[in-house]
Amino acid sequence: MKHYDAVVIGGGSAGLSAAVTLKKQGIENIIVLEKDGETGGILQQCIHNGFGLQTFKEQLSGPAYAERFIDQAAEAGVEVLTDTMVTHIGADKTIEYVNSTEGYAKIQADAIILAVGCYERSRGAVEIPGERPTGIYTAGQAQRYLNIDGYLVGKKVFILGSGDIGLIMARRMTLEGAKVYGVAELMPYSNGLPRNIKQCLEDFGIPLYLSHTVTHIYGHDRLERIEVSAVDEKRKPVPGTEMYFDVDTLLLSVGLIPENHLADEIGVVMNPRTRGPVVDENYMTSVEGIFACGNGLHVHDLVDFVTMEAARAAEGAARWLKNGSSAGRVIRTEAGSNVSYIVPGLLHTDAMPGNVEFFFRVTRPLDAGEIIVRSGEKVLRTLKKKKLMPSEMERVLLTKQQLTGLEDNLTIEVKETE
Amino acid sequence: METKELICVNCPMGCRVSVTIEAGEVLSVTGNSCPRGEAYARQESIRPMRILTSTVKIDHALHRVLPVITSKDIPLDMMDAAMEEIRRVTVDAPVKMNDVLIENLLGTGADVIASRSMDRI
Repeated sequence: MKHYDAVVIGGGSAGLSAAVTLKKQGIENIIVLEKDGETGGILQQCIHNGFGLQTFKEQLSGPAYAERFIDQAAEAGVEVLTDTMVTHIGADKTIEYVNSTEGYAKIQADAIILAVGCYERSRGAVEIPGERPTGIYTAGQAQRYLNIDGYLVGKKVFILGSGDIGLIMARRMTLEGAKVYGVAELMPYSNGLPRNIKQCLEDFGIPLYLSHTVTHIYGHDRLERIEVSAVDEKRKPVPGTEMYFDVDTLLLSVGLIPENHLADEIGVVMNPRTRGPVVDENYMTSVEGIFACGNGLHVHDLVDFVTMEAARAAEGAARWLKNGSSAGRVIRTEAGSNVSYIVPGLLHTDAMPGNVEFFFRVTRPLDAGEIIVRSGEKVLRTLKKKKLMPSEMERVLLTKQQLTGLEDNLTIEVKETE
Repeated sequence: METKELICVNCPMGCRVSVTIEAGEVLSVTGNSCPRGEAYARQESIRPMRILTSTVKIDHALHRVLPVITSKDIPLDMMDAAMEEIRRVTVDAPVKMNDVLIENLLGTGADVIASRSMDRI
């Protein structure tokens, strides 16, 4: 069986960054397995600009951002297999995959980095009553058809969910000559970035219906009409508020879920909030030698953070390959009031490799808040911030000194302030 | 005197910027976290400008279309005309990232450039 020091599953932004970092760390014998025909992942269909401001201090399109990492990986001599689908991984770090040149193959890794990305919640997940015509797509699927394959999926469009991909597609389809009638969002606030509300909806006069949802689908073969209703505080449709839109296309932008079939099969412990693995400060999952990063770990809004996080996971993997597992005390991170989740979830406080940046999200929009990080009753750091939104990931950095020796679980909470 | 609340679209931070305007003159800009925010707010109050991204047809490549981007902002009110120009273009692979596909798009001074490389197949 072919052996690698590390195998990276997924050749998107996380996988490429992890692979380049592994090489920098002196881990030479590695391979990236990518299911698509080329690397770059979802960035290849995100042709809009706005990527890379943190990493490159300039505004790149998704494909341009991807190309920088594809080039870096090529320069570093990273071996990549495209059109290769991983079908199974084992706790013994064997990996089974299929592709058209080798058929079925099995390889052995010392370490595995899961950089598998996420998938879109589909119509089934939101259970819209009505008929089952064609013309209903997830926003990312319509985006792929348009930006990679060159097909516009419809001319009269409505979008359910105000996630960023939905907003980006509202603009994109409008520019391509489709009429976008509106975007309905179940929550009383948008789930997309404020800049996308502005430049994708307001620029083109596309209405955003907050606290609304699609309540019925009509159409025998092709979608013909949808019913949209206002919802109350309990998110239940309010009778008498129905609006009808004669559309041929409904896009769903109703959330992303980390893709974790491979990790699930071998019992990797998951965080029920992120739906990705629980990882420690080295980005190692509950299974020794298996690491996770990127949208497969938790869904990000900015690719720059994916790149950064994947590099840290690769550094963690390199440390593990050289030194073995971290010993000593383990504490958990706990989401306090107004916080939905924290990554990483575990800390070896006797063996901190360096400073740790914690990623978290708030549960609801707050005009202003104080971020409080504490271990038991001991406050480690406080941070005041304006405009906290569930759609925008928050970060807080703690130093190695602050974390070393902590005995009580680490809590991050956000107190609403005036 | 009039105060406008804008959301800066330069980057995903989406700063909420306040612009004070009197008789068509921008008096002050607050709330921006970088110089680009101020420049954006001033321009936005006069004539909104945006980067345009789209695709053009490509022959002999892995995909049927190639993503393209304007080399700088163009007026938002020219988007439809710009899309018409872009739709006319077909390129032949190979293409390198930043290759100029349309020079000086509609006199805006912005070029339409390839936003990625694509090999010939």
